[in-house]
Amino acid sequence: MSSELEAIKDPGVPAHVHRQADLDPKAEKKAERQVAILFALSALGTILFIYSYIWISEDLFIYFPVLGTTNAKQLFLGLGLAFSLFFIGAGAIHWAKTLMPDEEVIAMRHEMRSEDEDRRELVKTAKQGAAAAALGRRSLIKRSLGLSLGLIGLSPLLLLRDLGPLPGKDLEKTSWKSGTRLVTDPGDRPIKPSDLEVGAVAQVLPAIAEGGHRALSDIGKDAVLLIRLRPEEFQLDAERLGMTYQGIIAFSKICSHMGCAVALYEQQTKHLLCPCHQSTFDVTRAAKVIFGPAARPLPQLAITVDSEGYLIAQKPFSEPVGPSYWERNSQ
Amino acid sequence: MTARERITGSVANYVDERTGAAAWMKKNLNKVFPDHWSFLLGEIALYSFIILLLSGTFLTFWFDPSQREVIYDGDYQPLSGLKMSAAYASTLHISFEVRGGLLMRQIHHWAALLFMVAIVVHLLRVYFTGAFRKPREFNWIIGVGLLTLGIVEGFLGYSLPDDLLSGTGIRIAEAIIQALPVVGSYIAFFAFGGAFPGEAFIPRIFTVHVLLLPGIFLALITVHLMLVWYQKHTQYPGPGRTEKNVVGYPLFPVYMAKAGGFFFIVFGVIAFLSAVASINPIWLYGPYTPGQISAGSQPDWYMGWLDGLVRMAPPLETHAFGHTISWNILIPGLILPGIMFTGLALYPFIEAWISGDKREHHILDRPRNVPNRTALGAMALTFTIVALLNGGNDIIATTFNLTINQMMWFSRIGILVLPPIAFVVTKRLCLSLQRADRDLVLHGRETGTLVRMPRGEFVEIHEPISAQKAWTLTQHEQPVPLELPATDARGLKRPGAIKNKLRNRMSRAHAVAVPKVSAADLKEIEHH
Repeated sequence: MSSELEAIKDPGVPAHVHRQADLDPKAEKKAERQVAILFALSALGTILFIYSYIWISEDLFIYFPVLGTTNAKQLFLGLGLAFSLFFIGAGAIHWAKTLMPDEEVIAMRHEMRSEDEDRRELVKTAKQGAAAAALGRRSLIKRSLGLSLGLIGLSPLLLLRDLGPLPGKDLEKTSWKSGTRLVTDPGDRPIKPSDLEVGAVAQVLPAIAEGGHRALSDIGKDAVLLIRLRPEEFQLDAERLGMTYQGIIAFSKICSHMGCAVALYEQQTKHLLCPCHQSTFDVTRAAKVIFGPAARPLPQLAITVDSEGYLIAQKPFSEPVGPSYWERNSQ
Repeated sequence: MTARERITGSVANYVDERTGAAAWMKKNLNKVFPDHWSFLLGEIALYSFIILLLSGTFLTFWFDPSQREVIYDGDYQPLSGLKMSAAYASTLHISFEVRGGLLMRQIHHWAALLFMVAIVVHLLRVYFTGAFRKPREFNWIIGVGLLTLGIVEGFLGYSLPDDLLSGTGIRIAEAIIQALPVVGSYIAFFAFGGAFPGEAFIPRIFTVHVLLLPGIFLALITVHLMLVWYQKHTQYPGPGRTEKNVVGYPLFPVYMAKAGGFFFIVFGVIAFLSAVASINPIWLYGPYTPGQISAGSQPDWYMGWLDGLVRMAPPLETHAFGHTISWNILIPGLILPGIMFTGLALYPFIEAWISGDKREHHILDRPRNVPNRTALGAMALTFTIVALLNGGNDIIATTFNLTINQMMWFSRIGILVLPPIAFVVTKRLCLSLQRADRDLVLHGRETGTLVRMPRGEFVEIHEPISAQKAWTLTQHEQPVPLELPATDARGLKRPGAIKNKLRNRMSRAHAVAVPKVSAADLKEIEHH
């Protein structure tokens, strides 16, 4: 801040050093030729692009070191375009650097602030305008205008109401009812306990009527994972144990954290892992969270078999599946 | 007069008589722009945006933004006969049947990645050199807005193909909306037209992605550039460069040729990457269904830090009075990002308040000369990088044979411990570099030549540095702490004593520096 400490003086912009092309006509010609070659390379790139587009077959695969086997049409279309663009740029920049003036120029700056006089004039004009419109005095107009401006935003907001239905109880319900058969996904085949060996996992959905349509929104709540353990491996209370059938336990596949499909099952540890955020659930303890950000276990579906021996749901889920929300009663 | 001059002249005359453009053009054709490689970062972002507009327009000619269910019967055999949305099927059509379609998809995606990289690195350049200081605070805020919108725009863009990976990303976004207290499930149902996923969101985010956000981008970028033009570009310190001038090359012809050429270089490099490096092969992921997922699900890099924060959040939920509040989603998904971006946007004002500096600045800071700011930036960067790494914790764990648990605990502890360490280390480093500068100016450059003196001692020869270099190393102002007095002139206590004390403290921390070479120092050296 204090000027006495400023020991070293500004030596000013260094003197301009001429380039080879500024002094030697031969070097200038050479630079000119280099620029022309770069532009010509760009033209060749465009020709490669046109050739690839029309004549290279879609099914031609070629081997390239590093890239591996790759589709020739895609590769040469891309390379043609890349060369045609890149060399225009390279040519233009080489031109600017070797042949266009390279002397640095100094321009002056001005403070952003307007002149005091201009500022005074502005205030005067604004005040005159305001006085002419009598903005200060007409409070009735001001207040009613404020009211109308305050309300006018409501109409467009209201117009957004029909974007979707109200959630109602929708988030709590799934298609599972008592007696609904478990069917494979994909395939829609009903399954018997004997179809699942110990250690096996299967994704199931609730059976739908013949020819019925399964919406993605339903799958997003109905997807269930079946896992078969040896019954003695469970560490469950009597109620939870009653929801399993011959070592088969069923959980909602929709993660209780953010709704991803909990799809990774580790057979050794009997852990279920969500690939999105790594919440880990212990299958032997009714999908208790043992790691990761999920705060609740996966809801368990009570299952049994019907008179024909096919797996069915005993009753609907006793709690909402999927991620949490404000209205969810999690107690 | 040649024929060409006559034609040019009459066209120019025609335009000028109708617009009066000549006067403005005369002044601005010679507008001076300073030259530095780091000033190209913002240019890369701008050019990537133009490339995004061009390639994106091409893609809309074939893309069908609809979730109508179709049976696939296109050229890609592995998915033949599968049920999928029209959006996914048309993306496959662009990739396999439209010639050059896949190339354009790749260019669009690569340009988006580069756009975000360029914005972030440009932001770092502006931050660490102090280019955000008066009078450029508005442009800083616009920049933070562009960064935020860029993240949203990119996320919506890669969600459009409706493949298994992108649908999973949308599912997570829906869960964040649903986690909002009181209004969450309502907003989610409005946004998705009912329960997730419904059939409404692809057409809706398509409109936002191709119309609404690009429009806002165009407007903000225009203002951003107009302000750069009007305020004139900042320049790095150096001989002949002052706060009152701008040293560089004129717009016409040098800068126009360089900048125009650079656009083609950026486009060429993106096309090259798209030709040789395939990204987002959506045909391998399959169509979206909420009941399935692929292992190693990852967002694009600019969303990775957010996902990383969500992954490391502790499992906290409040269950009370029949309601649920998911802190494990709200804190990493909304509250922390909110604090990060608000802090970023307000930084210029916070620093000005701490330093009490109300003057304009056009000469950039060397980061070492403002240790506190540089250290704070390193701290924020460390926080973000730990979060970003944790966003890929599963990939990193499998690549380096670690367990997910080790990665997660490293991140959970690291995100609290590493940023303060980064602050302290960076501040020390800056001060060391200042000391090195001081030595360089006082004693010159070490030549590496050793001389044996008559008395047997060895001395290294130092070579004095040039006057230009000496100026560059000493031209900066050293900050002075505010030291607001606790009492006013009449000996009365000033209001806001605690606030002033805090401000004094921060100001003192901000002004820590190694004294730069002074006249007295140089004189003393001469006497030796």
